[in-house]
Amino acid sequence: MKRINFTWDKGILVLLVLTIFVGSFITPYFANASNMSFVIQDIGEFMLMSIPVTFLIIAGEIDLSIGSTVCLSSASIGYSYRHGIPFWFCIIIGLVVGLLCGLINGLLVTKFGLQSLAVTIGTLALFRGLCYVLLGNQPVNQLPSSYTNLGSNAIPHTFFPYVSILILIFGAIGWFTLHYSRIGRWTFAIGINVEAAKFSGIPVARMKLALFMITGLMAGLAGVVYTFRFASASPDGATGYELSVIASVLFGGVSIAGGVGTIWGVMAAVLELGVIRSVLQLSNVSANTLLVVSGGLLLLSVAVPRAIEISRNRRKLVSKS
Amino acid sequence: MQKRLTRVAIAVLAVSALVGVTAPSNAGVKGIKGGLKIAIMPKAVNIGYFTAWDKGATNACKEIGARCTYLGPTQATGAAQVQFINQVIQQKYNVLVISAADQNAIVPALNKAKAAGITIVTSDADVDPTASASRVTSILPAASARIGTAEVDWIAQATGGKGSIAILSAAATAANQNAWIAAMGPYLTSKYPNMSWVGGTVDKSVFYGNDDATTSTQQFDAILAQYPKVAGIISPTTVGVLAAAQEKKAKGATVAVTGLGLPSQMAPYIEDGTIQKVGLWNPIDLGYVAVYAAAEAASGTFSGAVGSTFYAGPTKKAQKTYTVTAGGITYLGDPFTFDKSNIAVFKAIY
Repeated sequence: MKRINFTWDKGILVLLVLTIFVGSFITPYFANASNMSFVIQDIGEFMLMSIPVTFLIIAGEIDLSIGSTVCLSSASIGYSYRHGIPFWFCIIIGLVVGLLCGLINGLLVTKFGLQSLAVTIGTLALFRGLCYVLLGNQPVNQLPSSYTNLGSNAIPHTFFPYVSILILIFGAIGWFTLHYSRIGRWTFAIGINVEAAKFSGIPVARMKLALFMITGLMAGLAGVVYTFRFASASPDGATGYELSVIASVLFGGVSIAGGVGTIWGVMAAVLELGVIRSVLQLSNVSANTLLVVSGGLLLLSVAVPRAIEISRNRRKLVSKS
Repeated sequence: MQKRLTRVAIAVLAVSALVGVTAPSNAGVKGIKGGLKIAIMPKAVNIGYFTAWDKGATNACKEIGARCTYLGPTQATGAAQVQFINQVIQQKYNVLVISAADQNAIVPALNKAKAAGITIVTSDADVDPTASASRVTSILPAASARIGTAEVDWIAQATGGKGSIAILSAAATAANQNAWIAAMGPYLTSKYPNMSWVGGTVDKSVFYGNDDATTSTQQFDAILAQYPKVAGIISPTTVGVLAAAQEKKAKGATVAVTGLGLPSQMAPYIEDGTIQKVGLWNPIDLGYVAVYAAAEAASGTFSGAVGSTFYAGPTKKAQKTYTVTAGGITYLGDPFTFDKSNIAVFKAIY
């Protein structure tokens, strides 16, 4: 077959370009530097978290505690700062806390053989509870503005917010690792058939542990970005983030069953969801309708690839007979 | 005959020009710029209290001839509100009247709006005191201490001045609720020696319903499960007190319930005796006064400095003057209580 294989992730790229193009005409408020800067900032944390979660879901696991990890990382930064620790060290503490959260999830799944869905629903509650233990009801504000301005401002002479640097670096690392390295091939192998992967000598348990830890670390990084963007650390931050990240990853063409997906599809999907929300919001579509639209897109992202698969199988059957 | 008719016609035209019969114009108030584009942003759009708040704001908008839009998130979080503050910036509004869903998280976004030339007034819920420069003034109902202590008085009346009390609040980080709760603690201990907090101290006796009906109902049940002998529950949020009243009636519980309630929502529970008394200020006034303050600030006649004044009202006769107090806060007045004697009147108003 000489035709370009239509895959969902290529479709997302097309949809993204289309949305930006159409959006610039539907509303005059969308296509300007200030708004684009805001859209990128708005999805910054999701973009960073979706990269390791892509690996995780392709490998057949899931992590629902990432929103709570973001909150705990931010709360740790606030708690440390409140107790007089210099801010640059508080940031490191936030990253380490994220890594530890990932370690806990990873150990429970690999050493104890527990289902990741169940484990991470539990740690979702545990980590969020720890946020309240750390901060009580008192958010921490008045963080040093030389840092928090990085969360609000754009790189001088451009409209790109500072988080774009992180997105580019980790996006590139994720893309290269998943599609061009041995670790990426192992990830797909584990997701397609974990028993076969074990018998081929892939260190499955160590891989999964590493994936959970990296997911935790990136959630910690997202927590740092979150703290900068809102110039505060609050015990109830980042609620519902885990569902948004997973929805974006699935919308990007990753199969929840494992074994299928691309990094650029996921990153395009995260950006696309942010862009759609911005276009609709600036066209005065109500907040309730926006929820319906995101839900509908997610359903499409699951139904359309399946429909294509069915029609392709049917054509194969027909051509065989 | 012709000449006379012409003269009459000219006279009629002249008079009508004086009276302004040519075309009906938007009502305007002296001293306030007409045609302002105002955004009214609640903590979340689907809460009845804020619908009433918006009603007052819209009334003021009509009087001053401004174009107002009610917009906001479906979840009362700072992160969600920031997206809408961005919309206000992009769509080039002149004025933002906002009830802060998170006293810290929205501050960077508000500063961006202020830098873009938008006049900002908070109403109902303020930003953190350290960020008071990001808004012109804050319109709050009454001094925090009075709202908190008044609710303690109402629960004491309902429980006969004895027993243990729990609190069903909104979000754990809600500045207004936390300030009222802070005033409740020492007041109950000093004025009602036969009453106590279920958890020992007031801080250990608060349950958070997050301004969500389901969560508030679950927390009400949790209070009864954890402290079966609880005598009274104070709920300083309209969502919480409604959920508590509904669940009290459904479960046939005997615990006394009071708090800040919207009369239209609480009327059935006051009328059938489930609730003895709730109180509130008028959210309609909060919205109304906030729009006037913001419009005058945008017109350059009100600075928001401590001690400066502004008026709210369309004509000199109907105007009321307000003064800015410490921290840039303007207070409206005292809480108003609703019970069997007056609920019939107020349930139709808001």
